[in-house]
Amino acid sequence: MQLFLEQLLNGLQLSLTLFLLAAGLTLVFGIMGVINLAHGSLYMIGAYAGAYAAAKTGTFWLALPAGLAAAALVGAAMEFIIVRRLYARDHLSQVLATFGLILFFNGFIAWSAGRSPLLIETPPQLAGFVEVLPGLRYPAYRLAMMAVGVAVALGLWWMISRTRVGMLIRAGSDKREMVEALGVDIAKLFTLVFALGALLAGLAGVMVGPIRSVQIGMGEQVLITTFVVIVVGGIGSIRGAFAGALLIGLCDTLGRAYVPMLLKSWLSGPLADGLGAALASVIIYLVMALVLVIRPRGLFPVSG
Amino acid sequence: MLNRTNLATLLVVLAFLAVPMAATWLGTNYVITLATRVAIYGIVAVSLDMLVGRGNLVSFGHAAYFGLGGYAVAIASFHLANDVPIFGWSGTNEALIAWPLAMAVAGLAALVIGALSLRTAGVYFIMITLAFAQMLFFLFVALKYYGGDDGLSLSTRNLFAGNRITDSRTFYWICVSALALCVLLSWRILNSRFGMVLRGAAASERRMAALGFPVYRYRLAAFVIAGMMAGLAGALWANQNRFVSPDMLSWVRSGEFLVMVIMGGLSSLVGPVVGAAAFLLIESYLSGATEHWQMIFGPFVLLVAVFAPRGLWGAVRGKDRQ
Repeated sequence: MQLFLEQLLNGLQLSLTLFLLAAGLTLVFGIMGVINLAHGSLYMIGAYAGAYAAAKTGTFWLALPAGLAAAALVGAAMEFIIVRRLYARDHLSQVLATFGLILFFNGFIAWSAGRSPLLIETPPQLAGFVEVLPGLRYPAYRLAMMAVGVAVALGLWWMISRTRVGMLIRAGSDKREMVEALGVDIAKLFTLVFALGALLAGLAGVMVGPIRSVQIGMGEQVLITTFVVIVVGGIGSIRGAFAGALLIGLCDTLGRAYVPMLLKSWLSGPLADGLGAALASVIIYLVMALVLVIRPRGLFPVSG
Repeated sequence: MLNRTNLATLLVVLAFLAVPMAATWLGTNYVITLATRVAIYGIVAVSLDMLVGRGNLVSFGHAAYFGLGGYAVAIASFHLANDVPIFGWSGTNEALIAWPLAMAVAGLAALVIGALSLRTAGVYFIMITLAFAQMLFFLFVALKYYGGDDGLSLSTRNLFAGNRITDSRTFYWICVSALALCVLLSWRILNSRFGMVLRGAAASERRMAALGFPVYRYRLAAFVIAGMMAGLAGALWANQNRFVSPDMLSWVRSGEFLVMVIMGGLSSLVGPVVGAAAFLLIESYLSGATEHWQMIFGPFVLLVAVFAPRGLWGAVRGKDRQ
């Protein structure tokens, strides 16, 4: 039971990290119609900038703003220089151009920071454990990560449903030309949304620094999982991104923890080990397939 | 008619025919190795173009079928070499059995993945094909029995109707013939009624449906054919390198295949082959020049995507009637 609760918390923590990435990606797609493969690169850039700042200053509390700023700035520059030219283009050009960006960023990081993985040190204030339930101790840092994820989700919800910018975002994703005709500087809005998505990706990147190694390729791995999340949730929907992130994060974590175990109780020997590991690593894709069969446009389809 | 397109096609054919002579003249086998690789990747690019160029179905998971084809050959040979039957079958080293098997395995995977992903369109389709390819990638990483991350080596090349094909020239001619067959086949397909439906559906799915064509089934058939061709290419690749690894199925490779098609020119049959050649030449030059070649290649891909979406063949074709 205790193990189950711990895995459940791990799953929630993964879900909230995935949500940070999925929210940005789905916003950018929802409002601008651009599929941005380089979203994972922004996550990586946030993590590397954080790791660099942490190594220079020795504190996580400077790594955090450094990672956020780097990701948001690179994101805004990316939108301004390249992505802007892709709005009117087909998805193929967008995929190809942002694929080129991934190659560039991976090469750039390898050239500037080397290929060996880095680690950001856990801030000492959050290094301990918290007794969540009697007998269940859980790392304080992971709890803090979850709190940040929840706060971002609430903040996004508030921004999109209650503020003027949010209203424009909603209107822009519905009828872009109409918003433009009403005199809104849509180009500025797009840059802003893109930078916001980049900021969230950077936040996720810095935050996973202390629990996973910071390395080249970290972005693409998480990007593809993020794709699964937003396909399951429904592209363009923040609510869908949240639901998808919960479903995928929990299925992945619990699947990895329990599928090999369950399989071992039926089968035995090395075959069970191999099969269990293989099955656990593909479980989220099977979930995606299932959702596609039942609801091809995701759990929370965006109309139009 | 000798317009620019036909002239360029003729030049491509002559270039393939001239490779062995060029190798003799230059005194190096590297030319043949590289040209063999061009032929193999050319098959993948031609098959992918059938989906992307004609059908406007941007599959970002084409490496999956390539990898499955390679693994099918490697696993069949692994069981034979280690004398462990698989499902009561002793495995094989005969190309005439292993290569069709590779195509069947890849085609079957394409059938299942295509059936699911073709229920959607546009950006969903891109993401889903990518995700399923990644699933197969992780599956092979997790299959420690077949080498997992480290991949699987073939003890020898397959036998072709009982004959050894270890000679690089023999193998080159086999790959070039396979490429020629694939180009001819896709030419025949695309100019048939089947190809017309694919192109019509790319322009307007609703119109084709209103005309009474079951668009979904046509697309699925195209997806399976393209998957089988990629599987054959994977089988050839496994033979050339005598090695397969999950890297064959990685998303980067899927992206590279798309780059080849675009760089060569969409919907142009010979264009993707030229794209594969250009890609491999650039890659082999840049990766020899610097370890960080992706820093140069990435922006190059970006520029092609933004400024030259018609690709090299688009430039060749010029004002020729399409």
